[in-house]
Amino acid sequence: MANIISDETIEYVGILAKLELSEEEKEEAKKDMGSMLDYIDQMNALDTEGVEPMSHVFLLENVFREDVVVNGDMREALLDGAPGAKDGMFMAPRTFD
Amino acid sequence: MKLTDMTAVELAAAIREKKTTAVAAAQAVLDVMEEKEKRLNCYVTLDREGTLERAQEIQKKIDSGKIDSPLAGVPVALKDNLCTRGMRTTCASRILGNFVPPYSAEAVVRLETAGAVIVGKTNMDEFAMGSTTETSAYGPTKNPWNEAHVPGGSSGGSAAAVAAGECFLALGSDTGGSIRQPASFCGVVGMKPTYGTVSRYGLIAYGSSLDQIGPLCRDVTDCAAALEIIASYDDKDSTSAERKDIRFREALADDVKGMRIGIPRDYFREGLSPDVKKRVLEAAQLLAQKGAVVEEFDLRLVEYAIPAYYTIAAAEASSNLERFDGIKYGYQAQDAQGLHDMYRKTRSQGFGPEVKRRIMLGSFVLSSGYYDAYYLKALRVKALIKKAFDDAFAKYDVILAPVAPTTAPELGKSLQEPIKMYLGDIYTISVNLAGLPAISVPCGFDSLGLPVGLQLIGDGFAEKKLLRAAFSYEQARGPFKKCGEAQ
Amino acid sequence: MERQYETVIGLEVHVELATKTKIFCGCSTAFGGEPNTHTCPVCTGMPGTLPVLNKQVLEHAVSVGLATNCEITRYCKFDRKNYFYPDNPQNYQISQLYLPICRNGYVEIETEEGRKKVGIHEIHMEEDAGKLIHDEWEDCTLIDYNRSGVPLIEIVSEPDMRSAQEVIAYLEKLRLLIQYLGASDCKLQEGSMRADVNLSVRESGSGKLGIRTEMKNLNSFKAITRAIAGERQRQIDLLEAGEQVVQETRRWDDAKGCSYAMRSKEDAQDYRYFPDPDLPPVRISEKWLAKKKAALPEFRSQKILRYEEEYGIPAYDIDMITGSKHLADIFEETVALCGEPKKVSNWIMGETMRLLKEQGKDPEDIIFSPAHLAELIAMTDAKEINGTVAKEVFAAMFDQNVDPRRYVEEKGLKTVSDTGALQKTVKEVIAANPRSVADYHGGKEKAIGFLVGQTMKAMKGKADPALVNQMLREMLQP
Repeated sequence: MANIISDETIEYVGILAKLELSEEEKEEAKKDMGSMLDYIDQMNALDTEGVEPMSHVFLLENVFREDVVVNGDMREALLDGAPGAKDGMFMAPRTFD
Repeated sequence: MKLTDMTAVELAAAIREKKTTAVAAAQAVLDVMEEKEKRLNCYVTLDREGTLERAQEIQKKIDSGKIDSPLAGVPVALKDNLCTRGMRTTCASRILGNFVPPYSAEAVVRLETAGAVIVGKTNMDEFAMGSTTETSAYGPTKNPWNEAHVPGGSSGGSAAAVAAGECFLALGSDTGGSIRQPASFCGVVGMKPTYGTVSRYGLIAYGSSLDQIGPLCRDVTDCAAALEIIASYDDKDSTSAERKDIRFREALADDVKGMRIGIPRDYFREGLSPDVKKRVLEAAQLLAQKGAVVEEFDLRLVEYAIPAYYTIAAAEASSNLERFDGIKYGYQAQDAQGLHDMYRKTRSQGFGPEVKRRIMLGSFVLSSGYYDAYYLKALRVKALIKKAFDDAFAKYDVILAPVAPTTAPELGKSLQEPIKMYLGDIYTISVNLAGLPAISVPCGFDSLGLPVGLQLIGDGFAEKKLLRAAFSYEQARGPFKKCGEAQ
Repeated sequence: MERQYETVIGLEVHVELATKTKIFCGCSTAFGGEPNTHTCPVCTGMPGTLPVLNKQVLEHAVSVGLATNCEITRYCKFDRKNYFYPDNPQNYQISQLYLPICRNGYVEIETEEGRKKVGIHEIHMEEDAGKLIHDEWEDCTLIDYNRSGVPLIEIVSEPDMRSAQEVIAYLEKLRLLIQYLGASDCKLQEGSMRADVNLSVRESGSGKLGIRTEMKNLNSFKAITRAIAGERQRQIDLLEAGEQVVQETRRWDDAKGCSYAMRSKEDAQDYRYFPDPDLPPVRISEKWLAKKKAALPEFRSQKILRYEEEYGIPAYDIDMITGSKHLADIFEETVALCGEPKKVSNWIMGETMRLLKEQGKDPEDIIFSPAHLAELIAMTDAKEINGTVAKEVFAAMFDQNVDPRRYVEEKGLKTVSDTGALQKTVKEVIAANPRSVADYHGGKEKAIGFLVGQTMKAMKGKADPALVNQMLREMLQP
């Protein structure tokens, strides 16, 4: 296996992705990611020198909306499924020190 | 003819001609569910009472002449990643186990307006990540042709429901083959339209640049009718295309005389099961007999499609799935200490292993120092793959290929080796990278009696040509055996 | 020998654009609604929702770019900036990293040190975040997404500033330009203009940049000035003690007069930017750009020249009036209605400025309409009211934008034009003040002033003092 994924890398990716892995899952993830990256590395065999990265497949540009208010108040419907809500607001664990 | 043996278009015609009613059709589907759903598990959410109520309302509208559409009164199922106002939408994930959207996807609204009777939400691979419907948090769906096998995925529930008669037509989504492959495994017709043809508004995103909604149907005619209804320019989706000619039913002509059909040699090499190869080449033969000009060619770059696809899809998914954080909707872990711990616990408990695997990979390929080597590289590969298709369509009207290297695998055999599972997408994935339309049409059975699918790929926005080829093939092939019918 | 340090400052200025709707959905941007009443599935990050760009955001961003001498990117894209925080419902912010809309501009500032150019590295479009409120009772955070998706531009300067004065001059210049464009009201206190200060110090003469910190939460020019002084000293103290400055984001606490690091172990500062697949690129044509250029408003320097030529008012007045777009608009509209630039300017330079200062307001807060000011001037010219009454009426206009004519009528402030009645009062005043009359006759010119005052008092102010004066002189003629 060409790509060896370190504990630090898995730890770091876990921070980025907000995922908490058990030791067992971490070992699994290291293996999986290593083999996926090995597989993905096959792309390197293809010469892409001078090729523009294609983020949008069809030529579609300048899609705009006019600056007109179209939405009314739908607060109740939006808050309806929230795990926590108070005073018309969504509730999250504290963010203030 | 038994109601449940009809196609969707035939059923709608019968309802229009007052030979039956939307309510009777809904009841017929509910009866089939009663018989089969426990075993097959096609649905995550069913709404039996609501189905009959909706059928009654729609029947009234049909009677009063308020609806005139080719699918009015037809019972339709929706993949559970399409938002439905007031009806639970889970993406087959624990993290959305209790999510009831406050709005409906544009494609759903269009179907409802056309008088479709929504019967429920079909099972799928969690967040559409998988090829077997086994990554669902709500248990796997079984293949109606052989319950020891998977229905394919990720739109496995939709494909199985259509095949089993638990609905007449279903919507799925296709990011790397997720409509075509289960259609092929379940012996139904499945179509992925050109990117931008169907609004993605309300489709819970997996890989935004690749996702496209499409129909799974009993035949090509149903497929054209459904596509005609769901295809629309939508100002809520910036990637929606303004297409002038979307009267797809007009393309249903039995005529391929002179149509140039290319068979990519690259798709018929190692890994392709002999049974599948045989059936697909027989289908090519049939089209040739009808006057199509069929020839082999080298498409090129096939081996790069899966690496590029998994890089792009995982990257986009890692970002798209960030919004599932336990604050605004869905599951929230209860045992957390503070904000970031809540994020981690919610997501770790809420997502299944395959979803986590792709989020991790996606976060990695976008992370500082790797973006150029992986993500940008993949976008460059994508550009070259698109170019290869452009070159092919300069010579051919339609490309003919298998949908998948094999027929439906046995349950429980695929998830152990992710890369092997990913390889199963080899013939479908390039189409998503290039944004092209493609259709899967049943073309026979393997030695186990499992259906084989023929894939026809069209140039961007050339659905009409594609539908004509598919319809002509279907005519030449003749009626396809129904699931459960004696051999 | 004590080392000398130079401060190097660059600014990241966020400006909320004056649009009716949010950047990617049709929700109102109006300030002050009940929490979450200006939200929809898009700006609360509901699954399956998609962004659609508000055209006005692009228009404003390009205008600001043109006004700050930027190159306009002909092919620009939006990128996702990924980070988890509850004020950001998608947990990614749609912004621009790789191809921002404007680049390589500058503005010219003037301080006591003279004129100088401050480079603009780039301007990009992005969405604002929601508001977090700490709930003491539940010990949790409550989230209001009304601001989520409000359009912002971020103007990133080059590290070209060397002092708080230059920073303030730069911000004032930006604010004025943007106000002239009508692209934002740029109020620091209300948060429609926010400045983050990137600051480093280096030994004077050194060509190398020091390690910088980024300071946030600066809500006024005063806070910015204090924060710059504080951070400069903190960094110098560190260096003098042989320590290193850590590159970090710090939050300024203006009440305590110090800053603290906003670090969190929970976050790697790795935003994993990539082009947003939901938003097609924007391509700007030469034709469109030419049209935008032609439609740019007259800026201050051009206005100053025109005022000198057209209105013939003093240079000092011109400087004051053009210092605020709102003030200049009021001036021009009033002049257009009454044709009396000098008088309009007098009202602005005199009473308006006095009342603004007295009430601690900015010119942007002025509410009286040009039509009312023109009317007031006309009434004064026609001697319908006298100067004292006019000031009283103006004060009411300043506070409540009252209609001067109606106000004068309702309060009965009109100058009495009945000369018979006035003559009668004048006679009474003469009869009642024989000493002053005698003084006047004795050559004491000042006595006439007293008699005018007495007459005005008797008339309850509703007389033309000049007419009273003239009448008195006539009647007192020997």
